[in-house]
Amino acid sequence: MNSDVSNVTEAAGQSQRLSGVDSGVVKVSSAANESGRATRRKSGNEPGNEPGNEPGIAAKNITVTYNNGHTALRDASFSIPNATICALVGVNGSGKSTLFKALMGFVPLASGSVEILGKSAGRALKRNTVAYVPQNEDVDWDFPVLVEDVVMMGRYGHMNFLRRPSAKDRSQVESALQRVNMWEYRHRQIGQLSGGQKKRVFLARALAQESRVILLDEPFTGVDVKTEESIIALMRSMRDEGRVMLVSTHNLGSVPQFCDHVVLINRTVLADGPADVVFTRKNLEHAFGGVLRFHVLGGHELHDDDDAREVTVITDDERPFVLYGENDDAPEHQSFDKD
Amino acid sequence: MLELLIAPFTIDFMQQAMLTAVLLSVASAVLSCFLVLRGWALMGDAISHAVLPGIVLAYASGIPVVIGAFVAGMICTLATGYLSENSRLKEDTVMGVVFSGMFGLGVVLFSVMRIDVHLDEILFGDILGLTWADVLQTGLVALAASVIIWFQRKDLLVQCFDPQHARVIGLPVKALHYGLLVLLSIVIVTALKVVGIILIIALLIAPGAIGYLMTDRFDAMLFYAVAAATISSVLGIVISFVLDSAPAPTIVLVLMFIFVLVFLFAPVHGLIGGRRARRTAVEPQFH
Repeated sequence: MNSDVSNVTEAAGQSQRLSGVDSGVVKVSSAANESGRATRRKSGNEPGNEPGNEPGIAAKNITVTYNNGHTALRDASFSIPNATICALVGVNGSGKSTLFKALMGFVPLASGSVEILGKSAGRALKRNTVAYVPQNEDVDWDFPVLVEDVVMMGRYGHMNFLRRPSAKDRSQVESALQRVNMWEYRHRQIGQLSGGQKKRVFLARALAQESRVILLDEPFTGVDVKTEESIIALMRSMRDEGRVMLVSTHNLGSVPQFCDHVVLINRTVLADGPADVVFTRKNLEHAFGGVLRFHVLGGHELHDDDDAREVTVITDDERPFVLYGENDDAPEHQSFDKD
Repeated sequence: MLELLIAPFTIDFMQQAMLTAVLLSVASAVLSCFLVLRGWALMGDAISHAVLPGIVLAYASGIPVVIGAFVAGMICTLATGYLSENSRLKEDTVMGVVFSGMFGLGVVLFSVMRIDVHLDEILFGDILGLTWADVLQTGLVALAASVIIWFQRKDLLVQCFDPQHARVIGLPVKALHYGLLVLLSIVIVTALKVVGIILIIALLIAPGAIGYLMTDRFDAMLFYAVAAATISSVLGIVISFVLDSAPAPTIVLVLMFIFVLVFLFAPVHGLIGGRRARRTAVEPQFH
């Protein structure tokens, strides 16, 4: 957490300290991160990877209408280059999960088309190109399967009709589990794992599946900051192997930290492109409407001198706890909340 | 006393009853593991009741009972699916309405059509009145159902556990879904002569529940389920012979007794047995 704090201070180039105490560690540090990133981007030195130009995922004018007549996505288009980590950002009900379903071919498209690695979505699925990492809440953790069973499920698409694992299947499972540091846990029932371990098992399944395109649904929900960082490190290494990851998230603070690319949606794609171009205050306001909260720290709230700089904290539905003062024990100003 | 216990194994109709019950137990136990994991307990109950009008109509028109029951079972599941998709009602609500309606229709049809079968035989089975032809038919169908489920168990398991993953890796999810329903109908019809349509639900749920409490591995769960079902069939029939009680309810009672034992004393998940075995997860170092 302290490194987050120093990040902010460095980037903002100011001597004041923005810091948090132990309660609400996650919130505080994500808020601090956010402001750090926001400031850094302003100064234009965001360390970025240069993604290639080949098509990873390309959606053209897709419209999805459910049986009950509800149109969840209308005329949505975006494209994500290969070897990219892309955030899918939007409020609840903005169509994030519908977009995932459309990419996986679970819902019929009323119009438009999806291409994955230059092939139609249907053909890509048949070739095991796409892997899906479900939300922790969507999994029945009491299910009688062990860690190694779950990862082996990633191999089923490569096996024959009887799903008898070959030596290659076993070695893929082992290397996937080794890579996420879960090999020693292979004989655990999945419910006996912590939140971060559970996530890693499903990432290992995607690795064992040898998918080039991985869709992750809210991977950071219920995961502590340290684990979040280790998952991000793993995702980066997977990106460097040329994989495309589309990550739905409402954790705005970590988006600039790990994403090269951002797709902002609300019933349609509002903006898509490199994170430092798209992930801006203006676009976020557009995507989140009234849900977004801004917390601007400036003037006499932040400085005793007439420094004009401000710290802006942006969150969606979570209220940040921000402390400001000479030291952590005796804050002069506490949390504030301007809707 | 010993003679009384051995006697059931020497009498012809008792041998037939036992053989049929064991074969049916294996099929229903294997199937019950999937029903328990999918949360399809009510589905099993619904289909087993809903087959009644199909059975009555099949008897009346002389077509094989299996076909009538199967068609009725499918109508029940399809109607349930259609109604819950096209209304604001939840699936279990719709299912309750559909299956009780169909059961009622079956009873009314039965009284109107005057077929020469006792309603009791359909509702509670007639395990002591089997012929070798019945044994052969029931046994073959039960065996076929067990073998199919055994070979498809991995795909079925993925679909139970993570349906989205099943689709994404290209498993035939629709075929698996309806295939399981077809197998469920077939096993219910097979069970008709053995335990009847009222008590089949016990054989379709309890073995899976017992397996689920016993272990964290699916293949082991299958084993425990089959063991529990087989033991209770044999024991139930022997006890019913000794006590001169109805065989089907006795089988169910033995099964429930095993369930209670497992509920209390299962190694990890039992109420008492698991108390000292709780393990905790420890976060390992990561990169």
